[in-house]
Amino acid sequence: MISFIIRRVLLVIPTFVAIAFLTFVAIRLVPGDPVEARTGERGISPERLAYFRHELGLDQPVWKQFLDYLWQIAHGDFGTSISTQTPILTEFTTLFPATLELATCAMLFATILGIPAGVIAATRRGTFVDYTLMGAALTGFSMPIFWWGLLLILFFSVDLGLTPVSGRIDLLYYFEPVTGFMLIDSWLSGEEGAFASAVSHLILPTIVLGTIPLATIARMTRSAMLEILGEDYVRTARAKGLSPFRVVGIHALRNALIPVVTVIGLQVGALMAGAVLTEYIFSWPGIGSWLIESIQRRDYPVLQGGILLVSGIVILINIFVDLLYGVLNPRIRHAR
Amino acid sequence: MPLLEISELSVDFKTGSGQFRAVDGVSLTVDRGEILAIVGESGSGKSVAMLAVMGLLPWTATVTAKTLAFDGRDLLTLSPRERRKLVGKDMAMIFQEPMSSLNPCFTVGYQIGESLKVHLGLTKSERRQRSIELLNAVGIPDPERRLSAFPHQLSGGMSQRVMIAMALACRPKLIIADEPTTALDVTIQAQILELLVSLQRETDTGLVLITHDMGVVAETAERVSVHYAGQKIEEQPVGPLFSDPHHPYTAALLAALPERAKGKHLPSIPGVVPGQFDRPPACLFEPRCRFATDRCRTKVPPRQGAIAGFALCHYPLTHGRPIGHPNPEGREVAA
Repeated sequence: MISFIIRRVLLVIPTFVAIAFLTFVAIRLVPGDPVEARTGERGISPERLAYFRHELGLDQPVWKQFLDYLWQIAHGDFGTSISTQTPILTEFTTLFPATLELATCAMLFATILGIPAGVIAATRRGTFVDYTLMGAALTGFSMPIFWWGLLLILFFSVDLGLTPVSGRIDLLYYFEPVTGFMLIDSWLSGEEGAFASAVSHLILPTIVLGTIPLATIARMTRSAMLEILGEDYVRTARAKGLSPFRVVGIHALRNALIPVVTVIGLQVGALMAGAVLTEYIFSWPGIGSWLIESIQRRDYPVLQGGILLVSGIVILINIFVDLLYGVLNPRIRHAR
Repeated sequence: MPLLEISELSVDFKTGSGQFRAVDGVSLTVDRGEILAIVGESGSGKSVAMLAVMGLLPWTATVTAKTLAFDGRDLLTLSPRERRKLVGKDMAMIFQEPMSSLNPCFTVGYQIGESLKVHLGLTKSERRQRSIELLNAVGIPDPERRLSAFPHQLSGGMSQRVMIAMALACRPKLIIADEPTTALDVTIQAQILELLVSLQRETDTGLVLITHDMGVVAETAERVSVHYAGQKIEEQPVGPLFSDPHHPYTAALLAALPERAKGKHLPSIPGVVPGQFDRPPACLFEPRCRFATDRCRTKVPPRQGAIAGFALCHYPLTHGRPIGHPNPEGREVAA
């Protein structure tokens, strides 16, 4: 078990280098650099330009910049933001809880609704219920995040006035962050209405971000369940005279969860991509907005470091999912 | 009153190409402490008939019967909930593929204990106690340790022993064993069969043994019901069946046993069991029967009396010769 984790973590290193390389190259392929982005249209004298570029090390050959960057990362130093002069790790740890909160809620939303929806569709295969659920899943899966988000804002926030349009909490409330998670912090603050406000701010972003994983999980659960329900051991369970709930919910579902957990793990990566868009639509102060702004400012260290950190977290979650596999599937547990 | 009484049981499946009758008017009885063997080729509807008794058929199946009674209770009118109280408790089933019939995600102990919990409401320690007892009874060494084993850690023979233990858990009155040894190594087959029969004797349960292996029948059964294309075509006690089969199909089946072969070549029954689209209009065995006449092709055969083994035949055999047949020597049927 321990050696498995160590092996997995060591395998992360080449992935990390590859990600660092890709972001490093990609951002430099975009026209402009941090100095030009800051000077704007007024321009700057060539001497000053050369001076600032030298300051930032941008006059070095790209390969040397990359090696220097790797060296820096290897020492745990992600650098400082060019535009704010704050260490990237500090910015990341301040902003990440917002993204994590949103992503966790979206994933919970997707899992809590998706698995039962898939199970119900599978047990009612070929009926109206099945077609409705799967039709809805297909629609959800095909919905562009931008359009879906705006649609929900238009209906729930603008027309019905039920939910706020943007942010994490009403400006009325102010308290020092303790955990960085607005739901917890607003609860701890004890301010009346703060928690409700935080919840109402979370609802739409959660739905928007959770829709695609929800659809994927529901469809995956359905197909896994359909396969499992035809297995001999499900017949054995029914031959024991167990209730349909026990047969489906325990004997079949436990087996069907194995592929579903894989999909949930894979969705985490997609969720981070979705979070960037969702945060932008809802002005959610998280990693997504931070990264998009860093692109506009050509803030190389922020973009490189931010993406590296996000990918690190995605990789960690995937390792965790692999471990969860073993818990679900005894055949894997013993093979290790 | 017999333990299990089935009369005129039919099972139809809805398929993409219309209705398919898998079981056609089958009548059977099983008494307490009796071993009934149901014999037939693949596709003869023997498993389906027993799955219908257990209520394990998929929703595409329609079950109709004049009587379907177990232990004096009418299974046809029981609510699903009432029926689940019988299934797994008073009647249990053992399946053909032990390796795939155990749930890979749960331990042996959990799977045996489950019916003890659901049907008998035993506590955790009582369940453990009883599970160990059961594993001991089915000859699994070191039962305490085996309780925490997962199915993939067991061999085929061990898995089938566990299946038997599960079936016996609530001391059922009837056990249905659907080809319990087919998927096992030859060396294990005899052991499992012996185990099943000895446990059946000890506990005085009724046992329905579904098989296509005449050797298994000869060794274990008391009464034999021979099935063909969904119909019961003959029923006799095991001795007379082997010495004097009355239906031409039974006779052909017995002649195909390797130990009965006289020449160099094994005799076989030409053709295959009719399917959904090539079902003969009258006698279902007629296309493969060496005694078939025009009457067999046009008129549904009658059910003979007990003397002729309830054979479903126009010309039941007596000592190998068809009674009342225009040409008692029969013809050679092209293979």
